[in-house]
Amino acid sequence: MFEASELNIRNRKIESLFRILFLLMAGLLILPVAIILAILTYKGSSVISMNFLFTSPTEGMTAGGIFPALIGTIWLVSVALLFSVPLGVAAAIYLSEYARDNWFTRIINLAIINLAGVPSIVHALFGVGAFVLFFRFGTCILAASLTLGIMTLPVVIVSTWNALQAVPMAFREACWNMGATKWQTIRKIVLPNSISGILTGIILMVSQTAGETAPIMFTGAAFFLPQLPQSVFDQTMAMSLHLFVLATQVPGVPEDVPYGVAFVLIALVLVMNSLSIAFRVYLRGRKKW
Amino acid sequence: MSRADSTPHRDDRRNMDWFVDKAVQILVFVAGISAIVFIIGIFVFITKEGVGFIFKSHYALSESVFNLLEEKKMPDTQLDALTPLEGKAFKTSQDLILAVEGVIGVEETRPYKELLVARSLDQPFSLKTFFTSPKWAPTSELKPTYGALALMAGTASVTGLAMLIAIPFSLGAAIYIGEFATGRTRELLKILVELLAAIPSVVWGFIGLSIMNPLIIKVFNVPIGLNVLNAGLILGLMAAPIMTTIAEDALKAVPDRYREAAEAMGATRWQVIFKVVVPASKNGLVAAILLGVGRGFGETMAVLMATGHSINLPTSIFDSVRALTATIAAELGEAAVGSDHYQALFTLGIFLFLVTFLINMTADLVLRGIRKE
Repeated sequence: MFEASELNIRNRKIESLFRILFLLMAGLLILPVAIILAILTYKGSSVISMNFLFTSPTEGMTAGGIFPALIGTIWLVSVALLFSVPLGVAAAIYLSEYARDNWFTRIINLAIINLAGVPSIVHALFGVGAFVLFFRFGTCILAASLTLGIMTLPVVIVSTWNALQAVPMAFREACWNMGATKWQTIRKIVLPNSISGILTGIILMVSQTAGETAPIMFTGAAFFLPQLPQSVFDQTMAMSLHLFVLATQVPGVPEDVPYGVAFVLIALVLVMNSLSIAFRVYLRGRKKW
Repeated sequence: MSRADSTPHRDDRRNMDWFVDKAVQILVFVAGISAIVFIIGIFVFITKEGVGFIFKSHYALSESVFNLLEEKKMPDTQLDALTPLEGKAFKTSQDLILAVEGVIGVEETRPYKELLVARSLDQPFSLKTFFTSPKWAPTSELKPTYGALALMAGTASVTGLAMLIAIPFSLGAAIYIGEFATGRTRELLKILVELLAAIPSVVWGFIGLSIMNPLIIKVFNVPIGLNVLNAGLILGLMAAPIMTTIAEDALKAVPDRYREAAEAMGATRWQVIFKVVVPASKNGLVAAILLGVGRGFGETMAVLMATGHSINLPTSIFDSVRALTATIAAELGEAAVGSDHYQALFTLGIFLFLVTFLINMTADLVLRGIRKE
């Protein structure tokens, strides 16, 4: 019969040692964050109420709620979506369905990688230089949302490209053989088969956009603005900037109020992300090919 | 669409569908090149606002000019009278001479005119100062100085500490997720890591400010908890999930036959990992680290809130520092559009853009290395 030699036993010991070491490393990444989130939730949930969510800040932002900031974030995200989703999806269609594998496509891919890597504050500088000053939008939702839209464009392009690539080539070939044009194939075959994957990416983009602070600080978000924005040419408050302002700029804020804002912001982002993940898991289970 | 609107010639396929197809092709092409347009646009616009400043020059009575005047035997009374003009910027040398004449008189100025024209040219910004001086004082009344060394040191120390934390942990986590974990555990870990990556940077900054700050003061018994350590920890936790994801992708890209071959030779699991999988995915792991560095370098809100934001060449991890990105975020709001200060901030932006561009390009080249093999 086989018996474990000295060497076997030693090797197995080393292996389990490494296994535990790496598990610890993974755990140490996740655990502190879990603890921090628990503290945020614990301290933040005590201030959350209907009143907190649906009233304006009062008394120099030391009391009242976060309603204008919440609505402002929805404005900013929606306008950014209107800009970057059509553009990003179209760009992904080009890259996935039309582009050949040549130097030009490679340059486009490099541009996308770099666009994703540019620091958010540089995007803010670009927003100020281009939209606020050069195009004379002034500081407003439009300028802020365009800045956000350009910043998150790579997310939309890459996730849509992945979704389009997941549609088997045979589907397209079958359609072309029936005499359909390229666009007819894309519209009737490729897009319907990848729409859920595209949506997953869009949800991810929404969650990223909602949390961004630096790009909107100088392009359209205001520290304090009691009224709600009426059009895209108004300034607005935003959740992320509101948290920054409460935490660093306003004296005398009760300690738990910024926790409340942080909690709402993080809940917003995590719910969005979980939704996107759940969507993806569901899709994987349902895939027919 | 129907065939009814096609032309009578059978071979001519240019019906409505054909035109729609061509139109769409042009439209998506335009969208396709938008990323190039935007990246060039970003460079052009921040350069347009900031680059003029790099080459900007004006005429001023700087300290060296005063020394020269003294050497030329200008009376002390006149020198004293000119002191209020020190550092004041004039568009042309003529304006400067007029101002000097206004203070000490036309006749008295004459002997020094030549010297003033020749030596009073001054640049508010010099690349040498930018890279070697730790003094960032753009709002100084006397002489604004634009030295970014302390800011670079701030960014470097925070990013360095963050990488010291993030590299081992994210690579370890990636190896566990990719090589050890299976089934549900693996999926769960991947989802958790993905969720960690989603936490907004302003929330991280708030955590640094309100949770880590008192904790560091208490544990290490230091007066200020907003320092390199705080920001480094925060940044490390922020960058690690992304690095984990990219590193795990790199491990996954190693073909299974490599592992099987090694196992067939009698290698144990960890031997397979360290002798086969990690060397084979070396490029991907390096790219993951590079992208993590890029992320740390460009992070704004978290470092603005957690570093303490004081200009310092750090000597220990308990020193407060100030980062490049945070400087722009903190000062852009108060700098008047078009002023020297405003342009200096855009100059910082150009520097940030170029460095991240370089990091991303390098990461891409390294990644392409594996695809070629």
